[in-house]
Amino acid sequence: MPGLTLRVDPIACDGRGVCAEVLPELISLDDWGFPIIRAGTVPDHLQGEAREALRICPKLALRLDRKN
Amino acid sequence: MNIAAAAAGSQDLWYVSRASGLTLLIMFSAVIVLGVASRLGSAPRRWPRLVFPEVHRTLALFSVAFLALHVLTAILDPFVSIGWAATVVPFASGYRTLAIGLGTLAVDLGGAVIITSLVRRRLGFRTWRAVHWLAYLAWPVAFVHSLTAGNDLGIWWVALIEWGCAAAVATAVLARILESVRHPGPAGQPGASFDRITPPKKALR
Amino acid sequence: MRAPRSVQYSSRPASQPSPDRLPRLLPAGFAAGPGSLADHLARYGPAPPGGLTGPRRAALIKEVERSGLTGRGGAGFPTARKLAAVAAGHDPVVVANGTEGEPASAKDKILLARSPHLVLDGVALAAELVGARQAVIVVHPAVREIIDEAIAERHRARADPIRIRVVTAADRFVAGEASAVVHWIERGIPTPTAIPPRLSARGLGGKPTLVQNVETLAHLALIGRYGASWFRSAGTTAEPGTMLVTVLGAVREPCVHEIAIGTPVGQILSTAGGASAPLQALLIGGYFGRWVDAAAAAAAPFSSAGLAPLGASVGAGLIAALPANACGLAETARVARYLADESAGQCGPCLFGLDAVAGEVQRLAEGRTSDLAMLHRWLGQVNGRGACSHPDGAVRLISSALAVFATELDQHAQGWCCGSAKAAVLPVPPRRPRCQA
Repeated sequence: MPGLTLRVDPIACDGRGVCAEVLPELISLDDWGFPIIRAGTVPDHLQGEAREALRICPKLALRLDRKN
Repeated sequence: MNIAAAAAGSQDLWYVSRASGLTLLIMFSAVIVLGVASRLGSAPRRWPRLVFPEVHRTLALFSVAFLALHVLTAILDPFVSIGWAATVVPFASGYRTLAIGLGTLAVDLGGAVIITSLVRRRLGFRTWRAVHWLAYLAWPVAFVHSLTAGNDLGIWWVALIEWGCAAAVATAVLARILESVRHPGPAGQPGASFDRITPPKKALR
Repeated sequence: MRAPRSVQYSSRPASQPSPDRLPRLLPAGFAAGPGSLADHLARYGPAPPGGLTGPRRAALIKEVERSGLTGRGGAGFPTARKLAAVAAGHDPVVVANGTEGEPASAKDKILLARSPHLVLDGVALAAELVGARQAVIVVHPAVREIIDEAIAERHRARADPIRIRVVTAADRFVAGEASAVVHWIERGIPTPTAIPPRLSARGLGGKPTLVQNVETLAHLALIGRYGASWFRSAGTTAEPGTMLVTVLGAVREPCVHEIAIGTPVGQILSTAGGASAPLQALLIGGYFGRWVDAAAAAAAPFSSAGLAPLGASVGAGLIAALPANACGLAETARVARYLADESAGQCGPCLFGLDAVAGEVQRLAEGRTSDLAMLHRWLGQVNGRGACSHPDGAVRLISSALAVFATELDQHAQGWCCGSAKAAVLPVPPRRPRCQA
């Protein structure tokens, strides 16, 4: 069953940190404010929040990839 | 409010139009200030970082309701002939063509900004941002409309609100320009310290 | 793993490279300058005929696959796989990458200066194999004239079916990265771009793009002439062929040498005249490679399999010898600062992280109070979080330094250093003044 993987485009990302507030279970910030995304697929119960993070990112730097 | 009953008292329609217009100016100005504040990251440290961007967005969408009220009451008012075309086509109004036309122009520009923001993930960041900058054009157009389309500048608190909004937006725009000057180059471009790039000799495709 | 065949260095120019005889890529006798097209054809024989049809192309790509040729730019990706991926696209482009952003490495410049026609043969052949009608070669300014002349000569002789455009490389460390090369050609900005999309799908001008190191293309040109079996006659079974290695540092004759893959590291140092002083460590691969202990490395075969037990790999084919009287931490600190300054500045973790890490390594080198735990934490946070592998390479170098120079770390913490060498070993270009942001 293919899952969704959350990825950040490191060039587009400006370290605004809004994503980490919306999805703290999967996204934490490094010492410079840039997101570290937990490896693996997005759990089903967090997919709504993940899409919210995609919407809310000011630079549209987040992606949900379908991995098989 | 019952539109039919309100239409009977046409003074009411005009008052609602002017009041909603003034409220719109305050909201639009707040949206611009919040937009710049989001971009600059000027929220107090304790606040969640999503406060400014989300309030910016919510307020912008909410102001559409006020816009509908403002436009409808103006069109329905029997004492001025503006016409339905003037809701979207600038300078189509018989009454105060220029002043109303500017309002329509502001609506067109603002509408483009809002619609592209609603579908911005489909558009891609660069296209979205290019259209979003039209907001900086929409505001002065709306402001001049507010000065010329109504007669209320004589009231002291109306004038206060008008110039207060202008001051707030001017400050925000100045702050945004200073930010661009201090940190030139969008993300995706190398930082300012990536200097001494030797350009290739021949012109590129 | 088969031991490499012993090689003889011929004293007179060979009319054609043959098994057991190096050098293949460079003219025998390094005093030679770039030969003319006629000299080149006399030495190597005629290039394979062009105008390949689909089945012939596929067959040749299969031959390249059999040869086991991998990229010589540092990543070591199987060349045949890249060729096949780009050949599957519509209207592809070939980019020959001679940027060599690594300041300590000289192999690509030497290859282009001595054997330009071999590289250009490879470019033409690669274009044939993927069906490209355009090719660009990116070269260091020092060899620009040589390449221009070589192409003019080939144009007069109608040697190539396509015109190869020459672009001078940008003078930046990250400029050699594949997507940065494409970005440079297209827009004059030598910074890596986001992947996806892959270059083999969408690259230069939106077309499928083959980016190959110039040395890889030189090997390709020879495989096109002599076949996979010939290519495999040197090197090891898993990693066949030869490669160019830059040897520098505390050796008597620092130079670029061509070696059969799998040659013991100690033997490579001997061909560079041997160590000029007792050695403590070697930097293997490049500034994105690893430090290894000199004694442990001497017997190791120079191949990715042979170096793996030491945690290293061949990288861009560089061996820098660190003498015992130099300070490994000081050298690493200088390179770390260089790598931090050379960040394209597009990705936060690289721009800020490498800067912080370089500062901390500098403190360690100077024996000031530093936080080793925080340094390790930062190295973990920076690794793998950029758009390209620049931060990864810096992390690899610094992590290996912390391991190999562990005793020096203790010494520095106690306030003394046994390094006494005045001159720096690893070349680092002078620091550019930062723009006033």
